[in-house]
Order: sequence, then structure tokens, then C-alpha cells
Amino acid sequence: MNVRRIVRLVVCAASVSILLAGSASAQQKTIKIGAILPLSGGAASAGEHTKAAIEVALDIINNAHPEFGNFPLAKNAGLAGLGGAKVEVVFGDSQGSPATGQNQTLRLITEEKVVAVTGSYQSGVTLTTSAIAEKYGIPFVNGESVAANLTERGFKWFFRTTPIASDIAKADYDFLSDMKAQGVKTDSVAIVHDTTEYGVSVANVITNTFKEKGRAIALDIPYAINATDVQGQILQLKEKKPDVVIMIAYTTDAILYQKTMQALDYKPPILMADDSGYSDPSFVKAVGKISQGVLNRSSWSIGPAGSPTALIAEMYKKKTGYDMDDTTGRSMQAFFVLCDAIDRAGSTEPAKIQAALKATDLKPDQLMMGYKGVKFNEKGQNILASSLIIQLQDGEHYVAVWPKGSSDKSPMLPYKGW
Amino acid sequence: MSSTLLQVIAGGLLLGAVYALFSSGLTLVWGMMNIINFAHGDFVMIGMYVAFVVWTLFGAGPWVGAPLAMLVLATLGVVVYFALIRSIMKGPMLAQILGTFGLALLLRYSVFWWFGANFSSLPENLVGGTLEFWGLHIQASRLLAGMVALAVTLALHFLLTRTALGSKMLAVAEDDTAAQLMGIRPDTMQAIAWAIAAGATGLAGALIATFFYIVPTVGETLGIVAFVTVSLGGFGSVLGALVAGLLIGVIESLSAYLIGAVYKDMVVYALFLGFLWFRPQGLMGRV
Repeated sequence: MNVRRIVRLVVCAASVSILLAGSASAQQKTIKIGAILPLSGGAASAGEHTKAAIEVALDIINNAHPEFGNFPLAKNAGLAGLGGAKVEVVFGDSQGSPATGQNQTLRLITEEKVVAVTGSYQSGVTLTTSAIAEKYGIPFVNGESVAANLTERGFKWFFRTTPIASDIAKADYDFLSDMKAQGVKTDSVAIVHDTTEYGVSVANVITNTFKEKGRAIALDIPYAINATDVQGQILQLKEKKPDVVIMIAYTTDAILYQKTMQALDYKPPILMADDSGYSDPSFVKAVGKISQGVLNRSSWSIGPAGSPTALIAEMYKKKTGYDMDDTTGRSMQAFFVLCDAIDRAGSTEPAKIQAALKATDLKPDQLMMGYKGVKFNEKGQNILASSLIIQLQDGEHYVAVWPKGSSDKSPMLPYKGW
Repeated sequence: MSSTLLQVIAGGLLLGAVYALFSSGLTLVWGMMNIINFAHGDFVMIGMYVAFVVWTLFGAGPWVGAPLAMLVLATLGVVVYFALIRSIMKGPMLAQILGTFGLALLLRYSVFWWFGANFSSLPENLVGGTLEFWGLHIQASRLLAGMVALAVTLALHFLLTRTALGSKMLAVAEDDTAAQLMGIRPDTMQAIAWAIAAGATGLAGALIATFFYIVPTVGETLGIVAFVTVSLGGFGSVLGALVAGLLIGVIESLSAYLIGAVYKDMVVYALFLGFLWFRPQGLMGRV
């Protein structure tokens, strides 16, 4: 099966080089990468933020940025491993739908001839888009979808840099145990989650993790995404009075939940969120002021001035007017990992990129996210991914509060709200 | 327990009144000219953005935003009527459906292009925060929207049944050739109907904006509810939409609380289909 692809690539490369030789000024080679994102539909704000972050990454990769020090791909213009070739990203809009995402991936691979794909935000969409890449033998690097099953399918072309549901569940559990040791009541836990691929899988993993450690989830409240009203859910919580409420929601519902909690005057003693909606910068802008003290997970924290993370945060803020958030950062990190692999592969041949991805071994100082590194296991999952617990203490900025060593503030409990 | 149940029902009624509020425009347009406006949800969305812009620029609440949204949408309604509806009404049913659907996408992505995909929100205390009595929590913003819903419904009903303008509009709806022979201009009447329907929708949007998130795609979420409300109430019946809205609101709230949030749509739509089985014209619709 590979012979035909190689022939096709050779023909492609030959025609490209003929074209290049033909043009008077020898053009620099460009490497095309596909990015499938929800650029319209309910999650469009997350998609747009990721698109902007990838464009910032392109600036860092394609232009010389000596101020980044040892940060991979920054120092010189373009990819050194491919003679300074520039990277170009072709965006495909999934509209947040698995079917549309699948079609767009097919288009990027067969029409645009991208050499690798990244994306696609919602786990349910990543499920289908990565299946197309797998079928065509094109490397797919995902940085933000956390549903556990994505790396349980025996795929050979799928790589994921983000911490996944089981890592998150463990962090949540350890955090709550720590709080309990400090005398905070954390006995009964409620989970509120939507019924998407993401919501269900994260809720299941958290439930199972807690159960394995001998703690049952007291209340499980599933709901359908993009609700017009969430009063029933909040009243259920209000009546059962759990000590801890864990919210797994996309932005639409997350905003509605926070507004309804305030309207019904309900404050759980501990409110924890699982990223996604609660990390969306426009969530913080819209309802941050009435969500003070909500806990969340994150792998993003800005380093000291002049560090690569601080520089990236500054470039991103300048471009979008928003602060960099965890989800966007994780997507951007995946893109860097992918470009680094292509650079090391020194080739646009899918098999060589795949091999380079498998050999990835990035250290914490080569990353923009606070992972312990990037190194993939045989399933394509980054085994060095990790996350912190952060808190929206002032209603405007999340700050790291746990674990102790890597945070500058301590958690503020109980949940303050407004 | 019983106070919680009371809260559920009160919340459901307020939710239902809001459903009724943004459905009245849809049912009016259908009653007047047998056109289903698929851009209805996006009319609501534009009303929300008018309220948002008014607040951002002038710091003013719905007392300014709502009348302005009504005006803006009424104007948009007339423009849409003359630019699009008048010509597609002569075409086949499919052209009407696709015409208004195209309009929906045009509006949605124009706003998208202008404001971006980000979520916005008005401050929670813009309309007096939350009222508390007898242990109930009632959001002032929802109460205001609910009362306006009642007022708008009654005003529209009165307009259609008790005024000369209403009679003329109904005459055009019944038989536009005969109406023309009586000296009524169908074009004018239908343009007025669009202005009123879109105006009411804009008003609804501006009020909903005080307690809901604002995003270009919000019309998708709200539009579906409007269609269900209108078909349960009976296409063309303004009073029907009110009753249907209240019913759906209470059933949704009760089933979300008693059975579980994930089942509430199932309950609502199962009852809805079951009801249409026996009464396809809806609660108060004409056959």
C-alpha cells in the first residue's frame, strides 16, 4: 500500500521542484499542515482562540526569534531540518460536528495534500477526524481532547500530548484528599456533565477513579448540551447539598450554570470545573465576576518575564486581546510538538514524521505547557502530561493553587461566587 | 421539598413566558402569510446584540435597549419583507424554506464576522438582581420578560381581534384578492405584519439578553424552542403560543427536576408528538 503513496509523493515532489525551478526566484519550500477546528457553531469561540494561537506559533516558527533561547524551532526562520522551509496551516471548519469534521479532514488530506493534521477540540469530533487521518496514513497530533478512548483504538498515526481524563481524575482526587486532610469537608461529591463524548467519558473516569479509592459519587446529573435552562439541575444540587460539585460543561452551558447558581442563590462549598467551558476566556469575561473561587485544572502558567511562556502570552494577548488559557495553550503545544517532529524527520513523508513523533522526547524547558515532558507510549499518549489545580480567585484571572510546590497561592475555600 | 417544587414551577412558568415571548413573532408571520420564518431564532439573536451594544456604548439597560431593539428589528422586518419575502412568496414551498434559512445564515455570520465568536453577557444586576419572597428566588430580569410576554401577547391579540388594522391584516391573510377589491393593499398589510412580528421578536431578544449568554449562534438554540412552542400552540395563534410556552416551560422544569435533566427534552417532545397525534392543528390553531 505504501508503494503507491511513495510514487504519488515522488511525482508530487518532482512536479513541485519543476515548478520551483521554473520560477525565476527560487521560492522557499512550504510545509502544509491541516488544522480542524470548530470555527463556527457553539464552540466557535474556542476554535477561534486556537486558530489565533496556531498563527502565533507560525510566527515563532517561520520568523527568527532569538529571544526565545532554546525553545525549539524559534531561533531561526522556518524549519532548519528542511532547509528553512516555512510552515503553512490550512484550516478546516468542523462546525463542532463529527461528520463535518470528517469531511473537512478528508478535504485537507486529499485536496490540500497536508502532510499532517492537528485538532479538533471536541473529543467527539477528534474521534472521527483522526479516523480519516489513520485511514490515509497521515500523522495526527491532538493537544486538547481528553476522552480516554481516543488512544485506546490501536491507531498508529494518532498522538496526543494533553493529560487525559484519568490524569485529571487523579489530580482531582488527590486535591480533594489534601483538602480533607486540612479539615475541609469533601465527603459527598456530585458530578454535573453533558452527554457528549467528552462529558460522558470524563464523568465515567472520575466516577471510576473515585470508586477505586473507595469513594462513591453521591449524585450524577447528566444533561443535554446547549440547554435553554438549567434550573432543574441547580435545584437538585441545592436540595442534596453535596460538599463538592464537579462541572463538566462546554462554554454555552457553563455560562448558564453560573448565572442560574447566582439567580437561585446556590453556592456549593467546593465548585470544581473540568477545563473546557470554564477555561474559555470569554467565559471568564462573561461570568467570572459571579464565579469567584471556582477551581479548574490547567497545565498553563506564565513564567517569569522574558521566558518563552511569557513571550508567547504577550504575543497572544497582543494578537487577540485575551489572556492565553489552558485549552488554547494545550492545542498550541501540540502544534509545536508536531512541527518539531517534522523538523527532526527532515522530510514531509508521513512515515518519517510518524517515526519522529514516536521518538519525541521533549524536556520541560522545551515546552510552553507545564508538562513533565512529551514522550509518547505505544498508544500515542504522552506519558509525561500533567496538570495543576487553578482557581479563579479574583473573578478575572486563574491562579495556580495546587500542588503546593508549583503554585504561588493557596486555595481559597469555600466557594465565594459573587 | 414543597418549597423547592414551588420554585421549580415558578421557574417553569417564567421560562415558559419567555418561550411565549419569542414565539409570538413566529406565529404571527405564519398566521398572516403562511410563511415559516427559519431566521426567527436569528432575529432574537440580533435583538440580544442590540441590547448588548446599547449597554456597552451607553451603559443603559433594557429600558433603552428593548425599545431600540424593537425599532431595529421592525425596520429589519420591513426590509426583509420587501427584499426577500415578497418575491419568495410567489415561489414554491422549498424556495420559501431555503430563502428564510439563507437569511438566517446571513444574519448569523454577519454578526459572527462583526463581533467574533466570543460569548458575551450583560451584568447580572442590570434589572434589579434576584427577588426573594416566601423562600422563592425570582430573577427580576425573568419576571420583567415574563410580564412583557403577557403584555405583548394580549396586545397582539387585541390588535388582531379588536382593531381595524387587525381586521385588514386578517382579511389579507384570508383572501388577498378579495381584500384588494375592498381597497386594502396586501403589500402594506403584510409589511406591517412583518414589522410587528420582527419588532416583538427584537423586544424578546433584548429582554432575554438580560439573563442569557449572547453569542452569534444562540439563535440555533432558541429557534427550535420557538418552533415547538408555535406548533403546540397552533400556527397562527398568538394566545396559543402563550399557553403552549407556559406548558412547555413547566413540563421542562418539572421533568428536569423530578426525572433528570437529560430526559427533559424526551418528555417534552414525546408529549408534544402525542398531543399532535390527537390535535394536529395545535392547542388553538385553525384546521
